[in-house]
Amino acid sequence: MASNMYHKEKSIQMKSSASALYNNLSVLRIAPRSLTYFTVVHANMVNMVSASWDGLNYSHRQLQSKEANVATSSSLIMQAAWCVLPSRDILVLTSQKGIQMYESDGSIMVYWHALDTPETQTAQAVFARGIAAVREKYICVGISSGSMLVFDVPIKGSNITLSEVLEEHKESITDLASECSGSLECIADMVSADDSGNLCVWKSGEDFQLLNKIPGFDMSCSSVKLWKGTVVAGYGTGQIRLYEAVTGIVHAEVNAHARWIYSLDIAPFSGLLLSAAEDSLVRVWHLTMTPETNSVEIVHMYNECVTDTQICGAKFCDGDGYAFAVTGYDLSEIIRYTQV
Amino acid sequence: MPSRTLPLLFINLGGEMLYILDQRLRAQNIPADKAKKVMNDIIATMFNKTFLEELFKPQELYSKKTPKTVFERLAHASIMRLNQASMDKLYDLMTMAFKYQVLLCPRAKDILLDTPSVLSQVDETYRQLIEMYTPLSSGEFQLIRQTLLIFFQDMHIRVSIFLKDKVQNSNGRFVLPISGPVPHGTHIPGFIRMFSCNGKEVKRLQVRNGGNYTSVLREGSFEMFGERVIKLGTNMYSVSPPVETHMSGTSKTSAQQKSINTAPNPLAKEELNMLARLMGGMEVQKPENADSGFRVNLFATDEEEEEALISRPDEFSYDKHQANAELVKIMGDFTEEAGEPCPLSASSKGDDLLAMMDGL
Repeated sequence: MASNMYHKEKSIQMKSSASALYNNLSVLRIAPRSLTYFTVVHANMVNMVSASWDGLNYSHRQLQSKEANVATSSSLIMQAAWCVLPSRDILVLTSQKGIQMYESDGSIMVYWHALDTPETQTAQAVFARGIAAVREKYICVGISSGSMLVFDVPIKGSNITLSEVLEEHKESITDLASECSGSLECIADMVSADDSGNLCVWKSGEDFQLLNKIPGFDMSCSSVKLWKGTVVAGYGTGQIRLYEAVTGIVHAEVNAHARWIYSLDIAPFSGLLLSAAEDSLVRVWHLTMTPETNSVEIVHMYNECVTDTQICGAKFCDGDGYAFAVTGYDLSEIIRYTQV
Repeated sequence: MPSRTLPLLFINLGGEMLYILDQRLRAQNIPADKAKKVMNDIIATMFNKTFLEELFKPQELYSKKTPKTVFERLAHASIMRLNQASMDKLYDLMTMAFKYQVLLCPRAKDILLDTPSVLSQVDETYRQLIEMYTPLSSGEFQLIRQTLLIFFQDMHIRVSIFLKDKVQNSNGRFVLPISGPVPHGTHIPGFIRMFSCNGKEVKRLQVRNGGNYTSVLREGSFEMFGERVIKLGTNMYSVSPPVETHMSGTSKTSAQQKSINTAPNPLAKEELNMLARLMGGMEVQKPENADSGFRVNLFATDEEEEEALISRPDEFSYDKHQANAELVKIMGDFTEEAGEPCPLSASSKGDDLLAMMDGL
């Protein structure tokens, strides 16, 4: 393990602290403008920071959760993430009341979908969680009931429509991920995870097709990625598992963390994997595919301990994994690390 | 806030309040019979059937002010009196103690293990809790925990007993050890196993795990008198000197008090309805005679108490907000009706309260 693979950079201050939610950091790199956007959820608001690459300019925006018939909503936002599509980037917010979609800089809301909430309050929590852009034109969002909504997104404009509802999971959706290698050869386009650890592997299209179901072991899978046909799943037990998506074959099991994993990310060009958990650790691993033997190797590269912090978000800032950013519960900063 | 969170929040905060008051009553040498009466009156009010029925109903919590209002009422459910400064300090101690437990519990489900140590006398509530929470999955418990953590977000009040025991840093943040036993169900980190495509293990790697963890504790018992194993949730004050709080007064912290209750109208109608129902469910005894009442001070001296009230930062002092004027009205409304359960239907009570607010 390289103990000096990364070093800490100057943190970015936010207007408010991060809430303890899975996958609570989203990063969008805008190369033509030499900017990176970061979003972090705080209760019923989203902090958006745009940071110029020269480190000189920062600007902040805060978005609020929305609810029908109420001027300011107190409904909690469960996740915020950018969906990168060929012609546009959409910022998606999922809350207890519905799904909000914005143009990438957060300035204009282009779509609002209200969740079916029961007339009288029930003990069952209702919310949307899990966001992924799939292939050229879909945005998928998970729901607490286990359903997933597939939205069809046009090249521009606000004519976003609900294309399909996928009913496969029986437990709350925790995270969604689409194939991030950029390869068109991969059969599987998306993986969905739920609170009992069940994983579903999908092929996108006018009708999404279920390719495989990988059973859980009664422990929530809080974060999931899909890369070169391999599912990488992080669990509440602190374990990471690698599966072949279409067959469900287990490639590897890693006892990665001592507490609940909150975030996974993959740098698609290098195969670096980032994992972060409530145990204060961020760990970097490396994945190697060997197509001839149909095997995947994982080796450990680096550890970073964020003292006295339960980490809730960790993402690479670029496709090579040259830099990554971290958020923690009750912290009002985005901590950044770059390779030495 | 998802609806299953409220009972756990109230019952745990209530338990902390009992521990703290018990310690203060002893520290101030209040006569045993009076102290016992105070404790029994508060417990009886808190575990009153009507109040609990209201508490266990599925409902949302919109603002941090509602629990504080209810606990202010609870603290005055007997012959004991608290000045505003002492009440504020009491609430700070209660919330920071429960925040500590929620943050550090090894598994989210362990919050349920914390709770019963408060409830040894109250079987019915315990049964209700177990019935409500045992069927939940680990993911659902984690959601409850995440919701509680949102409630406690940005609270960094320093508590002397925590500072002394080094579980809290001087900046008000709790210490998270990276050593000790892993939770039940988790393996010690550092081990990688790789498999061939026909399931055979082909490689094992041990990596440095970045912490110093040991193997799992046995699972704590959720039975009423079972062995808890987890130390969180027991009475921290059973042998102790007065507990101090310090206000974490840096401008940075107070600037970040942006949380769900800064919306223009934090007391949404539904919130007022809930408050009305909860308050209505509390049957509070009027003191038999004025002489039997006494005041408890959460500080070492009266001067300190006065000083604390003056120097308390605005964000923490709820008195200064218009919304609190409304709450004071609500409190006053119920004080007059002490001893009677809320006669009107909950929604009409909410309308009455809103009408009162509009008239302010």
